[in-house]
Amino acid sequence: MADQPIVRLKNVGKSYGPVVSLRDVSLEIGSNEIVGLIGDNGAGKSTLIKIMTGVESPTSGEVFIRGERVDFSNYSVKRAHELRIETVYQTSSLGIKQPLWRNFFVGRPLTNFLGFIKVREQKRISEQIMRETIGFRSAGIDVDTPVGRLSGGERQGVAIGRAMHFDSDLIVLDEPTVALALSEVEKVLNFIRSIKENGRSCIYIEHNIHHVHAVCDRLIVLDRGQLVLDCETKSMSYTELVDFLRDLHFRDDQETKIAS
Amino acid sequence: MQEKVAPTKTGPGLIRKFFQLDGASIALVFVLLILIFMITAPKAFLGYRVYMSFMATVPPPLIIALGVTLVAVAGEMDLSFPSIVAAASFVFGILFKQWDVTWLALLCAIAVGAGMGLVNGLVVTLLGIPSLIATLAMLFLWGGLVTVLSGGIQLAIPDIYGTTMHTMMVGRIGGVFPAQMIWALLISAFIWLLLNRHRFGENLLFIGDNLEVARVVGINATREKIKLFTLSGALAALAGVLLTLETTAYFSSQGMGYLLTVIAAVFIGGTSIFGGSGKVVGTVFAAFIVTVIEAGLVASGIQGFWTRFFIGLVFILSVTANAIIEDPDKVPLARMLRARMSKH
Repeated sequence: MADQPIVRLKNVGKSYGPVVSLRDVSLEIGSNEIVGLIGDNGAGKSTLIKIMTGVESPTSGEVFIRGERVDFSNYSVKRAHELRIETVYQTSSLGIKQPLWRNFFVGRPLTNFLGFIKVREQKRISEQIMRETIGFRSAGIDVDTPVGRLSGGERQGVAIGRAMHFDSDLIVLDEPTVALALSEVEKVLNFIRSIKENGRSCIYIEHNIHHVHAVCDRLIVLDRGQLVLDCETKSMSYTELVDFLRDLHFRDDQETKIAS
Repeated sequence: MQEKVAPTKTGPGLIRKFFQLDGASIALVFVLLILIFMITAPKAFLGYRVYMSFMATVPPPLIIALGVTLVAVAGEMDLSFPSIVAAASFVFGILFKQWDVTWLALLCAIAVGAGMGLVNGLVVTLLGIPSLIATLAMLFLWGGLVTVLSGGIQLAIPDIYGTTMHTMMVGRIGGVFPAQMIWALLISAFIWLLLNRHRFGENLLFIGDNLEVARVVGINATREKIKLFTLSGALAALAGVLLTLETTAYFSSQGMGYLLTVIAAVFIGGTSIFGGSGKVVGTVFAAFIVTVIEAGLVASGIQGFWTRFFIGLVFILSVTANAIIEDPDKVPLARMLRARMSKH
């Protein structure tokens, strides 16, 4: 298992009608690594994630999850959960009016044979996830607190804790620090580090290069649907990375000018 | 009915905990209202008879309101129930009159109501018409269909009185207590469990809270909504049969009187107008409040015409109060007042 990548993309392409979103992308996500995915808006990040997690099918190429070729005709959120992959979306992962104990288990509650939820058990496990997996210490927050009363960073923690509890090997984070205060960002980065400490992998999509460089083991850069960089973080300093991305920008602008 | 509350030493904490209980604040309003009417209309409200009469007339709208509460939790609305009440009453009445069946007639009536609800659900989910509009259209459609099928007639079924089924459903226990109240309470308990303890209820909560979240966590919103409207239709049908049993008659505009009171009961009870949260206990008390206001005003000597005005007033005030409790920023007036207060 250790050598087998969790996700492997082979020459994957995706186009929506005439719009080409991804072009011949090949990459791997191994076990127990944090991979940063960088790219401008429209570079194809979301498309890549949707294909990797099986939400959308590629128009060309193949996707393997733990060596098994993904059959997109019967793919679903449930199937992705079975394959132990979970995506934490920026704003749409939690029901804000619902208490923590519901949010931890929504979509896969612990129920008896009649479909009634084992509330006490869910609360007990939620309590455990809060304290042990994600290390919540804020006073005044318990399993009955509605998620709407948590800070933005804490909400990301809940979603990440949920993914880890359900034993996801690969957790995809879609810009988890957007619109967060600085102190909250630090919390989220710690949650991301805890993913690795728990022996799991993470794909971390982010605009802020500084955060990516600080926590990721490996960097992947997408530019207009193409993979332009895939390297170990330690092989590139923060300034080198920034320079690389700036050059990319510059080249893009040049090409657009020439084209028009 | 909520989880047991840990005893706290401080008074304010205890009061806050009380108001966090499902339906606690609305129960308080109910008690206050009764106390007021005991003063303004002592003749009626100090005797037990008026309460027996409430418990005979409230169950049908209450049962409908329980279904609509679930619909509102999912962020939807169902306005078609008056016609489903009429359809179920008609089916029940005609089957009893023609073939003398009772329990079978009840089952058929509920099946018809569920079928109409199913169609409502399909219209809402497959055609994508907002349910407020879709079910308003279905109110006309079903109502028209029932009137056509029944040929516009009224049915009187006095013979139903005295049957086992009549005694069990709407008989008077000990000669005074209406049996339908027992059924209404059992169904209330069932709906409470369904919403607060069953995965179906949880799915509705998340669908109403944020449809996108529901989708992302793997809830099949379309299927759940179809089930929801089907259930709402079945409950409206049961209410229709109870009404017909109580009045031993059917006429096609039978359910129309419930349109305002049922919707008022749901939202006075504290169920969120924005979806994502519902108060079943609140709905039970609010269904009584609406009826008590009507009776109490008349018994206090206020002209009957005023009752609708007051129900409307209570409706708008309680919905506003509930919205402010839920999120003051969603009420522009409250937001403005708060902004002004913080300036000083």
